[in-house]
Amino acid sequence: MSYLNKTLSACLLAFVANASVASAEIKVGAPFPELQNSSLEGTLPSREGRVVLVDFWATWCSPCKASFPFYNALQTELAPRGFTLIAVSVDKKAAPYEDFVKRFTPTFTTLRDADQKLVAAVQPPAMPTCYLLDRHGVLRLVHSGFHGDADGKKLRDEIIKILDEKP
Amino acid sequence: MKASLLIPSALLLICAASGCSSAKLTRVQPWERATLADYTMRPDRDPLHTAMSEHIFFSREASSGGRGVGGSGCGCN
Repeated sequence: MSYLNKTLSACLLAFVANASVASAEIKVGAPFPELQNSSLEGTLPSREGRVVLVDFWATWCSPCKASFPFYNALQTELAPRGFTLIAVSVDKKAAPYEDFVKRFTPTFTTLRDADQKLVAAVQPPAMPTCYLLDRHGVLRLVHSGFHGDADGKKLRDEIIKILDEKP
Repeated sequence: MKASLLIPSALLLICAASGCSSAKLTRVQPWERATLADYTMRPDRDPLHTAMSEHIFFSREASSGGRGVGGSGCGCN
């Protein structure tokens, strides 16, 4: 192989390697990062044997805030059946996060990913994005955006389907 | 091509290709858009300025149907 060919091959390899690193968002079936190792601000609830919905949101994201009344109702309805909702805020500033949580008083757990370590590991494609984990911690659904009742119904149906599965 | 020119050319190509393929260099991630979502970033945050800009735009562009107005370009609307 000539010197030119070798050099061009090396360039092509570098390009392909770089392109493959660029897209690393978590897909269904892949392991979800451990929440307790992610330096989240707040107290993590027990997730043992429960269906968990991890929602990434922010105070500067209007659809995220619009989803909160639905999530409140969802948590109240399905918590006795083994459902836990964990809303992870990606706000870097504490003040807007604390103000919103104080004003809204959600019935579910809210945590803050102040260093954005967890969200950078998960790489959600949009805000908000939620990740539904079954009782064994396996990622079963990734849902991006929140467009009102239609999205809420779809999400609720998926959660109930997983709750109905035998433990 | 001489080897002395080939190596710098190859390095340049690698750098350029890396820049094109790496999403982190070219794209603000969804969770990093707090500043972009701020009210002060909205171009229409001042209603008076928006109204003035709109008036100037449709007055000047009326001949080409600016803002859907079919005018003659006299600037009188």
